[in-house]
Amino acid sequence: MDKQLYLSSSPHIHSGQTTDRVMLDVFLSLLPAAGVSVYFFGWPALKVLLLCIFGSIAAEALCQKAMKHPVSVRDGSAAVTGILLALNLPPSSPWWLPLVGVLAAIVIAKQIYGGLGYNPFNPALVARVVLLISFPVHMTAWTTPTPLGSGLDAVSTATPLGEWKTAVMLTGKLPEAAQSGYADYFIGNMSGSLGEMSALALLIGAAYLFWRRILTWHIPVTFLGSVIILTGVFWLVEPGRYPSPLFHMLTGGLILGVFYMATDMVTSPITVKGALIFGLGCGVITVLIRLFGGYPEGVSFAILLMNAATPLIDHYTKPKKFGFVPEKA
Amino acid sequence: MKLKTFPAGIHPPDNKHWSAHLPVEDCSLPQELVVPLSQHIGAPAEVCVEKGDRVGKGQVVGNAKGFVSVPVHASTSGEVIAVEPRLHPTGRALPSVVISADGEDAWSEDLREADPDRLSPDEVRDRIRAAGIVGMGGATFPAHVKLSPPGEKPIDTLILNGVECEPYLTSDHRVMLEETEKVLEGAAILQRLLGAERICIGIEANKPDAIEVMEKACVDRDIEVVPLKVKYPQGAERQLILAITGREVPSGALPMEVGCVVQNVGTAAAIVDAVRHGRPLIERVATVTGTAVRQPKNLRVRIGTSLAHLTEQCGGLAKEPAKIIMGGPMMGQTQLSLEVPVVRGTSGLLLFAEGDVPLRPEGPCIRCGQCVRACPARIMPTTISAYARLDLYDEAEEFGALDCIECGCCTYVCPSTISLVQGIRTAKGAIMAKKRKL
Repeated sequence: MDKQLYLSSSPHIHSGQTTDRVMLDVFLSLLPAAGVSVYFFGWPALKVLLLCIFGSIAAEALCQKAMKHPVSVRDGSAAVTGILLALNLPPSSPWWLPLVGVLAAIVIAKQIYGGLGYNPFNPALVARVVLLISFPVHMTAWTTPTPLGSGLDAVSTATPLGEWKTAVMLTGKLPEAAQSGYADYFIGNMSGSLGEMSALALLIGAAYLFWRRILTWHIPVTFLGSVIILTGVFWLVEPGRYPSPLFHMLTGGLILGVFYMATDMVTSPITVKGALIFGLGCGVITVLIRLFGGYPEGVSFAILLMNAATPLIDHYTKPKKFGFVPEKA
Repeated sequence: MKLKTFPAGIHPPDNKHWSAHLPVEDCSLPQELVVPLSQHIGAPAEVCVEKGDRVGKGQVVGNAKGFVSVPVHASTSGEVIAVEPRLHPTGRALPSVVISADGEDAWSEDLREADPDRLSPDEVRDRIRAAGIVGMGGATFPAHVKLSPPGEKPIDTLILNGVECEPYLTSDHRVMLEETEKVLEGAAILQRLLGAERICIGIEANKPDAIEVMEKACVDRDIEVVPLKVKYPQGAERQLILAITGREVPSGALPMEVGCVVQNVGTAAAIVDAVRHGRPLIERVATVTGTAVRQPKNLRVRIGTSLAHLTEQCGGLAKEPAKIIMGGPMMGQTQLSLEVPVVRGTSGLLLFAEGDVPLRPEGPCIRCGQCVRACPARIMPTTISAYARLDLYDEAEEFGALDCIECGCCTYVCPSTISLVQGIRTAKGAIMAKKRKL
């Protein structure tokens, strides 16, 4: 035995799960949704995707070079932020919009805070909100889907959620479209941002993440559950004014938010109880904004607000240590 | 039937198939035995022989010092050729008695047989202590201490620990299969000593043959065999008590607080030798396994045998070892060389080749929460470890560093390969040192 032996403190084995693999899995799980958006919106969607993904990787590398930190783009977290950001943008985005988004997401929301693991807010959502507030016109220039090979020209239109909100504000009544068209919504044949498109594709990706044990049920169930219950109550009380929970689930960014944004590990609580509270908070705020706020969509704001509450939630949901449970008499 | 278990924990691959089916073989007697004076938790024994003395097998070579301490014994007959510091499994050179075997392997004449039924509880306890019996699962806590509960803490349940939740190890498994009657006799001795009404044997479901053999043997005895769901660290005392009885040992207290005493199955067998035959703990069963060893085996080995000798008994090395581990892969200690002796707590020798050693740089915590969900002590490993790295030990203590059982589940699951339990160990050391100073 001439070789030096490894000496270390136990344990000496590892599960094999790595951050790189987690990021790769999240990226893979988003490919079906990205594919659907390219199918329905064609080249403009692809352009947004490529700009966001490669822009994010480049921005992260440049940032780390500038700060003289080791370049860690190989961990895949920048690519995940990139694809998530793309799914939050409208397909008609001008070329510079994704790049401004990348700047906000990678440089401001992530690297300045210390990089992976240290950002308090979900970088892709920070970028979305920055863009939404700074460039409201570009961010809400929705086009109708023109499936590849259909020969149709894209026409400007409103998203189903926006359409409903405007109608309710103007007339106090639900528009026709909000009561039908669920099948189109489900597969993604509607206007919206890239990732608001296909609930089906997003659910396939989410199923993959559950199977890989990257997602746990806590946040998705409480988030989606609270949205369904709350919107259900309003719908039952006044169905002429409020759309059904199914409409809420299939339109807007709810599915994307529930399975991919709220569940971002870095910005959600690490305790189990905390995750339940976090999901519930996201759901309640989403419904409040959607039903009573000025914006048609509330998912991003809800998640960002709960991101801000995460340290507090973690603080108050510390698990009860072993041996501190009062004995049953 | 739903199997019992405890909350949290992990499911590492058990890798027991290399050795689980192999009957225990007697390891040959080496020429030289190195018997450390410290093989248990508590004060080291005080040496009572000198260089040149002749010793019989089982003769005391070091006396217990204080209550939480046990004597150590010569593992074979021969001559004491040195009393000097030798490399110990802890990685330091510690005082040891070196015996050159005379090949006769003759028992010392001081050993006395006895009928356990006619001994008083104090006599039984004294014989257990005199034999140097310690917890053989690896913790090496002196058995007589656990068996001396104060009068106001009645013990109603005796739990035999046949869980062996560490991957790779199969020594307890083989003891249960091959020494079933002896284990149960040991349980009976302990039950009488403690006045416990109930005896349970906890065995994980990955040892169906052991469960079957024990159930058969317990048919006309008042002993419950409790099959448990496979999960690490079920063999940890507090987790096992929770799994079997539903009782949670209070933080900082001992199992006797909830009326339980836990002993390893190997310890129960050793107690029979001690009480009935007066024979001290000079040998044990250890599993030698891992990819770097040619033929994995379960060996009955004398205390003081070098790991090199053990390896030779298993056909030598198949590959260059990259890591030598005494004990299991989750809580075992890495060794500096194969010259280290087997001690009373050596449940196994694990030889890993280069490819088996996970080597990844630490990444940043991505707050995935897996360590929190896996932690059987229900503390927040990533938070405590982060405080420990900043030398913020008061905060680490506040978050429950001292409740850590060091099972290593957190480090095992961490996708950023952060040395979480190692950080908590550092914090525990610093907190304890500070408490001693106050």
